[in-house]
Amino acid sequence: MSGQSEHVTKDELWDGNRSPFSVSYGKMMMWFFLVSDALTFSGLLTAYGAIRHGSSDLWPVGEQVFEALPGLHGSYPLMYVALMTFILIISSVTMVLAVEAGHRMDKKGVVKWLGLTIIGGFIFLGSQAWEWSHFIHGSGGGFQVNQAMTVAAADDAGNTYQITLDNGTWVHMTSDFGHKYEHAMEAAEEPVAHDEHGGHGEHAAAEAHEDISTMVPEEIVLNKYTLEHKDGKDLRKLIVKGEDAKKIWAAMEPGSMAFGANMQKNEYAMQQQYANFFFFVTGFHGFHVFSGVLINVIVWLMAIKGVFEKRGHYETIEKIGLYWHFVDLVWVFVFTFFYLI
Amino acid sequence: MERDDLIVNESYALNAKHDEAAGKQIRKKLYAVTVLLTVITIIEVFMGVAFKRNGTFAWETIKLTFLVLTLVKAAYIVLIFMHLGDERKNLKYVILLPYAIFIMYLIFIGLYEGVSVQEGHNIFG
Repeated sequence: MSGQSEHVTKDELWDGNRSPFSVSYGKMMMWFFLVSDALTFSGLLTAYGAIRHGSSDLWPVGEQVFEALPGLHGSYPLMYVALMTFILIISSVTMVLAVEAGHRMDKKGVVKWLGLTIIGGFIFLGSQAWEWSHFIHGSGGGFQVNQAMTVAAADDAGNTYQITLDNGTWVHMTSDFGHKYEHAMEAAEEPVAHDEHGGHGEHAAAEAHEDISTMVPEEIVLNKYTLEHKDGKDLRKLIVKGEDAKKIWAAMEPGSMAFGANMQKNEYAMQQQYANFFFFVTGFHGFHVFSGVLINVIVWLMAIKGVFEKRGHYETIEKIGLYWHFVDLVWVFVFTFFYLI
Repeated sequence: MERDDLIVNESYALNAKHDEAAGKQIRKKLYAVTVLLTVITIIEVFMGVAFKRNGTFAWETIKLTFLVLTLVKAAYIVLIFMHLGDERKNLKYVILLPYAIFIMYLIFIGLYEGVSVQEGHNIFG
C-alpha cells in the first residue's frame, strides 16, 4: 500500500534481502498469475472479435437476444445482464472493504464484508445459470428458407415494407408458436421410445399435441436477433402475416430448424460460433467466479477461526481480493463485447 | 521453518496497517469509485438500448465510446480496487507493460485477419 511514499536508493532496492517491488512473494505471484490469466481471456475475446469481423452472415445484436427477465413477459433489453454486472461490481466493492478492514485488523469487519462478497458471488452464479438456461432454451426457434422471395412485413409502428429474402435467409417463429411446435415435434418422436415400455404415454402425448404436419404459423418474425437496413432505416423484429407467412413456412429448408442453442446449432444466428463463443467465454468466466467463491468461503472460515488474527496480518484477504477484482475486471470486458457492441 | 516470504519490511503490503481515521478516508474514496462505476454501467446500458446499430459514423462513434468507458472502468478497478496505483512504479510496469505489448499486437493481428476474411467473402462469395 505505502510503496509510493518509501524512499530507498537503487542499491538498497536491488541488492537483495528485500523485495525490489516492496510486495511479498505471494502477492507478486498472484499478480503474475493474473497477468497470464488476463492473456488467456484477451486471447478468447480477440478470437471472438476476429471471427465476428470475418463473419459473412449477420451477427446477432445483444439487446435483441438478451431481453428477458425471470418471471416476466415482454421485452427488457439488457436489463438482466445490467443487474448481473451491478451485482458483480458491488461484490467487488465489498471485497475491497474487507481488505480495508483487514488493514485495520478488524476481524468483525473482514468477516462481514467477505461474507457479503460470497453472497454476491452466489447471486451472480445463479443469475448466470438462469441466463444460460434461457439462452439454451431460446424463444421460439428459427429456420432457413430455401428459395428467394419477396414478402410484406410490418414493424412495431405499423409501417409496411416489401422485404426480399435471399435463398438461405434465417427467419424466426414467434415464441408461442415455436414452443408449441417444438413440443409437438418432441411428442411426435416419443412414441417409438414409449413402445419399449408398453406404450403408455403414447396416447396422452398424441392427444395433448397437434400434428406437426398440419401446424402452420400465423406469424413469422424477420430480424428477430439481427439487424438489416433499408433506405437508411434499421429494421428489426418485422412481422410477416397471413399468406406471406405460409409462403415462408412452405419454403422451409428441411432439417434447418433450430431451437435455442447448443454447440452445433443455434436459433440466434447462422453461425454456430456465436453460441460457441458465448458458452466458452461466459462459461470460462463463470468457472473463475465459481472457484473465486470457493476460495472466498475457505478464507472466510479461516478469518472466522481467527487464523489471520494470530498471524498478525490479513494479507491473504488482499491476495484473494486481487483474484476477485480480476474476475470483475474480466466481466467488464465480456459485458462490453458480448452484450453492448 | 521460517517463511521466506515474510521478510519484515515496513513498506510491504502485509505490514501496511492504518488506523480508523485513515480507514475512513480510504472508504470515502472507495464509495466514490463505486458510484462512478455504477453510473458508467448505467450509461453503457442506456447507450446499448437507445442507439441503433446502423453502420453509420454515429454508431462507430458509439462503439468507440463503449471501448473508452470500458477502459475507464477497467482502470479504476485495477488502480483503486486492486491497489495497483499504490504499488511501486517498477511493479506497475512489470505487470502492465508486457501485457499491453502482447495484447495490442494480438488485437491488431486478430482483427486484421478477421477483416481480411470478411473481404475474401465479399470478393469470392
